[in-house]
Amino acid sequence: MEVNLVKLNINGKEVEAPQGSTILQAAELAGIEIPRLCYDPELSKMGSCRLCVVEVKGNRLLPASCVTPISPGMEVQTESPAVVEARKTILELLIANHPLDCLTCDKLGDCKLADYCYEYGVKESPYVGEKHNYAIDNSNPFIIRDLNKCILCGACVRACEEMTGQDNLSYLHRGFHRKATTAADVPYIESDCVFCGQCVAVCPTGALTEKTMAGKARRFNIDRVQTTCPFCGTGCNFDLAVKDGKVIGVLSNPEAPVNGRSLCVKGRFGWDFIYNEKRLTQPLIKKNGQFVEASWDEAFDLIALRFNEIKEKYGPDSFAALSSARCTNEENYLVQKFTRAYMGTNNVDHCART
Amino acid sequence: MMLLIGTNATEAHPIIGYKMRQAARRGAKMVVCDPRHIDLVDEADYWLRQKPGTDIPLLNGLMHIIIKEGLEDKKFIAERTENYEELKEIVASYTPERVAELTGVSADDLYAVARLYATTDKAMIFYTLGITEHICGTRNVMSIANLAMLTGHLGRPGTGVCPMRGQNNVQGACDMGALPNVYPGYQSVTVEANQEKFEKAWGGKIPAKVGLKIPEMFEAAHEGKVKSMYILGENPVLTDPDTNHIRAALSNLDFLVVQELFLTETAEYADVVLPAASFAECNGTFTNTERRVQRVRKAIEPIPGQANWETICQMVTRMGYPMNYESPREIWAEMASLTPSMKGINYGRLENESLQWPCPSTDHPGTPFLHAGKFTRGLGLFQPSEHIPPGEMPDEEYPFLLSTGRILYHYNVTTPYSKGISSIWDKEMAEVNPLDAEKLGLVTGSQVKVSSRRGEAITAVKVTDRVLPGVIWMSFHYTATPTNALTSHHLDPITGTGEYKVAAVKIEKI
Repeated sequence: MEVNLVKLNINGKEVEAPQGSTILQAAELAGIEIPRLCYDPELSKMGSCRLCVVEVKGNRLLPASCVTPISPGMEVQTESPAVVEARKTILELLIANHPLDCLTCDKLGDCKLADYCYEYGVKESPYVGEKHNYAIDNSNPFIIRDLNKCILCGACVRACEEMTGQDNLSYLHRGFHRKATTAADVPYIESDCVFCGQCVAVCPTGALTEKTMAGKARRFNIDRVQTTCPFCGTGCNFDLAVKDGKVIGVLSNPEAPVNGRSLCVKGRFGWDFIYNEKRLTQPLIKKNGQFVEASWDEAFDLIALRFNEIKEKYGPDSFAALSSARCTNEENYLVQKFTRAYMGTNNVDHCART
Repeated sequence: MMLLIGTNATEAHPIIGYKMRQAARRGAKMVVCDPRHIDLVDEADYWLRQKPGTDIPLLNGLMHIIIKEGLEDKKFIAERTENYEELKEIVASYTPERVAELTGVSADDLYAVARLYATTDKAMIFYTLGITEHICGTRNVMSIANLAMLTGHLGRPGTGVCPMRGQNNVQGACDMGALPNVYPGYQSVTVEANQEKFEKAWGGKIPAKVGLKIPEMFEAAHEGKVKSMYILGENPVLTDPDTNHIRAALSNLDFLVVQELFLTETAEYADVVLPAASFAECNGTFTNTERRVQRVRKAIEPIPGQANWETICQMVTRMGYPMNYESPREIWAEMASLTPSMKGINYGRLENESLQWPCPSTDHPGTPFLHAGKFTRGLGLFQPSEHIPPGEMPDEEYPFLLSTGRILYHYNVTTPYSKGISSIWDKEMAEVNPLDAEKLGLVTGSQVKVSSRRGEAITAVKVTDRVLPGVIWMSFHYTATPTNALTSHHLDPITGTGEYKVAAVKIEKI
């Protein structure tokens, strides 16, 4: 399909972008980053936070670049004095009703609001007024919801509806009392929430955070290891968040080929089975009907003795191996290889059929 | 258009389910064929609520209408298939009236869905265990393939038959040859050239005889023919049908080794238990339902001190067969060198991308969909079936039909070890229709004893019209409610897959 390119000028630079692009998208293509809070490439456009405003020659208003389409010959300034002043004012208005507890906020380092305040030198708000004092929703084991930190960008509402289709979140009330919340404003646990956590993945502030990571590490102190989910066959990818050699949570990875940032409750929050205290850490040998801990050497010696003995006595087909649809390809390869090449039987199968 | 049959995607494959829901809301047509009122029914244009175990008549009925109305793809049938006449002959007797009677789906809906599927250019069928976990599972799948071939909905983007594979690496375990009839890459063990190739690569003498499938292994253990077993990361006591039979088989073994994360119900029977490492502790690869190979990366040190591949290598080396690998990368490379369909996939490429096999060379981009232009066997073979009723149906003594499956919040028998998840979803809530609940005096939360001819289980119930009257639906995630003590001993004769979807039970309030 042929795409018509539109020529325009951004910050004095001639750029091209496909017809129908917004100014924000055209700027991004040209490597120019425009600040944004409510804009998310995976979600419908809302144009509500106004942080992405730009100056367009011939337009006396500052349009929101995330919802303004480009046109040929358009001249755009993304960081002009008027734009910078507007952005500062928007940030000051936002933090006028935002707890400035960044020192202990888990999201610092991955908080867009803090990042932009840093970028534009906004330390405090000249606007003094009422502040929210919502109770923190700590009703469930997975997500902490602190609506005092919500900037009403609506990303969670859109993610719930557009990524998961659960339609569990919407807006309540008007003006200062406006809230992005569940039907009847009940805690997540009492709502229709399926705990996919898409709302957490898209939240630009500390309003929605992973409970398992609370107080464990700032984002910049976490090692992220991209891997594949161990549950169903969809093949979602995500990052394991690792701090001091321990997994503390799962974070969406937008580069995941199958799922993007979407995950389900199991993938995002079911990983903690790895630290269940019932995990086996040592080989066990059954003696007189009871399991006793053994060294690897003792275990391997006994296995080698008995498998070989039985094979010798009853022949190769007296052995059978069950491999696993939960284990890696490489482990499965090894199991069928030793069953065939060493035990001398094709008695190898796994739970595909059961 | 999406035709879903026997697949509860938003719970069993949530992200795929969410994408289906997005597509339906963008205007794609959706048909759900399912006896249960699953979530996606609410997004669907048509819901065909067939009675459990009547998938073949339903599919035959759709094909009957398509042929009667001349909506079949004559060119595709002529050029790419064979045995069409037999299909035509068999489906001829599946008139909408007869099918309505057998399945409970109205003739009007059958007409509408048959026309919609046949006349939509991009139409795809999705199925999961609701199709395969029947005595006629293979025949169900063949019937789906017949429907797709009849209408030429194969071998092009946006068409095809998509079996949504269950576990994270069930595709990969099959691909790797963890099956009794094939080496890696589905190279048959009965073909001499394959046998020679693998004997040469691995050393040792490998029989050309197909090995035992899981149910046959347990049968052989019963009979004392199989004496020793090695089980890696599986818990058949909880997950395989007819639990008591499995327990007896395991007790009868002379020697059992289980490599596991936990001391599972199966590991209890072991003579030696080897501690396993979790996905977060190992390097390797998983292959998803789209045949997409992706990396699994080690994030933390193995909790038992070593990765699973190291444990297997050490164990086998001790037995007298040296396995000396540096890393999973090297294991993959050896496998790929012996497997034409994977030859082009290596860890270097997987570092930055995921690849779908067949991928025969390192410059091959992978294969997103199969059967373009030609089927693996050449021509697509129509293999029509008559209706095959379930192996066991409700009767006077066991008047309820038990069907089983997964719920969103658990994955088989691993997630109950997640504290977060099990703090909320901690017990079985068997689904019972309000009409039956009233007769039995049950409300949501009531405790019942469910029994079949093979065993019993105690569970709480949830009263809901998600299930038809006369049906009880249960998951199999919980140790306290071992649902598979109840499930049927009937198997699909070709695959050995258990009929988890239909068994006769009775329900008693306790």
